Amino acid sequence: MKPPEQQREGVAGQRSHIGAAAALLTGLTVLLFAISLTAGPAQLSLAATFTGLMDPADPVAGLIVWEIRLPRTLLAFLIGTVLGLSGAALQGLLRNPLAEPGLLGVSPAAAFGAVAVFYSGLAGSFALALPLGGIVGAGVAVVLLQLLSGRGGVLTLILAGVAVSSFAGALTSLALNLSPNPFATSEIVFWLLGSVADRSWQQVVLALPFLVLGSGLLLSATRGLEALSLGEEAAATLGHPPKRTRGMVVFGTALAVGAATAVSGAIGFVGLIVPHLLRPLVGHRPGRLLPLAALGGGTLLLAADLCVRLLSPGPELKLGVVTALVGAPFFLLLLLRLRREML
Amino acid sequence: MSTLRIENLEVRLSRRPVLRQVSLEASAGQVVGLIGPNGAGKTTLLRAAAGLLSPAAGQIRLFGRALADWSQAERARTLAYLPQGRGAVWQIKVADLVQLGRLPHRAGWWQGPTAEDRVAVTEAMAACDVTALAERPVTELSGGELARVYLARVMATRPSLLLADEPAAGLDPAHSLDVMELFRRRAAEGLSVVVTLHDLNLAARFCDRLVLLDRGSCAAVGAPSAVLTAERLRSVYQVETAQVTVAGETLVLPLKRTAEPAVPSDKGEAVL
Repeated sequence: MKPPEQQREGVAGQRSHIGAAAALLTGLTVLLFAISLTAGPAQLSLAATFTGLMDPADPVAGLIVWEIRLPRTLLAFLIGTVLGLSGAALQGLLRNPLAEPGLLGVSPAAAFGAVAVFYSGLAGSFALALPLGGIVGAGVAVVLLQLLSGRGGVLTLILAGVAVSSFAGALTSLALNLSPNPFATSEIVFWLLGSVADRSWQQVVLALPFLVLGSGLLLSATRGLEALSLGEEAAATLGHPPKRTRGMVVFGTALAVGAATAVSGAIGFVGLIVPHLLRPLVGHRPGRLLPLAALGGGTLLLAADLCVRLLSPGPELKLGVVTALVGAPFFLLLLLRLRREML
Repeated sequence: MSTLRIENLEVRLSRRPVLRQVSLEASAGQVVGLIGPNGAGKTTLLRAAAGLLSPAAGQIRLFGRALADWSQAERARTLAYLPQGRGAVWQIKVADLVQLGRLPHRAGWWQGPTAEDRVAVTEAMAACDVTALAERPVTELSGGELARVYLARVMATRPSLLLADEPAAGLDPAHSLDVMELFRRRAAEGLSVVVTLHDLNLAARFCDRLVLLDRGSCAAVGAPSAVLTAERLRSVYQVETAQVTVAGETLVLPLKRTAEPAVPSDKGEAVL
């Protein structure tokens, strides 16, 4: 039997783990942010970048840093944040480590929502139509998932995700197929691949309120998700009815992932990889994981976007393509490891 | 005032009546045992008392106030419910899982565990003999160990009313005695316990009162010796029993099934 002091040390030890991880990720984010501002086809020196950052009115450096690099960097971080956060929240809600907005069809459905808005011409009539289209698409997908998977296990959930995902994909293909204008088609296809290149402040401003609101909702589900790890009935008697927790996660995911996808296209697997890597650091507690997964998601996507810019020799690789190339094998590994335990 | 008072409760699950005209009362300091054959409605009664089911008719009062009038948070601090299913999903450490029992006492989202929370968790873990497991992930525990950890979780809440569904199932004899003795000790401090039990001897020895359920209705309520008569056990459980007195304790021993065929129930199921 362990004396109480030693136990408390254990808890404190875990807390310092989280603190260290958070500090490390924050440091990494700041570093990546700085590198991201200096990296680009225009060869700006470190000093020139700094001058540009300090003086937005500077005709060359100011313009490049403020109008091109800053919105892109900021979007990469913000979108990574909501993807990591929503992945962790969905995993906590569904009590399943394989849940992820991309894999479960939430991102594809959000992409279809945005495409529908594009295609119908609504996007031209008012600016908010695009994020709203993404949000509606994501919302429908999450509700469908809930209905399809019900109380089933991992397998049911993955299959429900496959169904939602392929249906959203089919609808997007239909829109592309019916598109009268080949240029519009190729533009949509490139957009669908997922990227934060050439995004402007307008898009940041458009998405930001939804990203913040969605993240707030997801974070407020923290205690509910902790309670849910004991099962639905125990959670309800602990004062956290699963219905309320589910509502927060569903709406939060729809808002955050919907708006993110409408701006960047579908970027998958961030919400799968990040929570999985960080979970041991928080003692596998689903609520505790949320803020760290958000930070980790931002860091990862920032790093991925930097890689895309620095390593692409020819035409720039799309961010969504890179995350999928890394993420899909990761998913496979995870599946192999979990197969024995869960399926 | 009684902690829990249930009057003429009627519960339907997908329109099928599962409980009819059931009444139950538990006062501070009492351990009330719910017994009855499989499918008699014991779990349903506990779930209704925990506010997880809405009754079709009847009243459930907690400290004289209708259960539905309690706020979620207030109710969660006052009553704790230990469900039968004890699946662990995440590899959470035992100490962290027990700490979840303190969730209803957290005021704001920014607040971490207080000194009182820590004391309650440490005490609950010691009382349920899981202190040695504190740092182990719950996914690596045996069924009996897990049952004790989940019990520690509800004890950590320090409720006024504990609703425990089969807390002794899957426990070895020493630990099931520990659990019942723990209930008695906490009852002496003012806790009310309503507990479903399959072991009639545990029920007889540790409960102040028993409620015997049979196909959704109360077959008998009262002191254990008055409820556990050979005749009643024959009609409700369909077993012949012998009563043995050893060292001052009266024990019930099931000998064999009753010879007569079971009365077919209105649900069309065989009564076990």
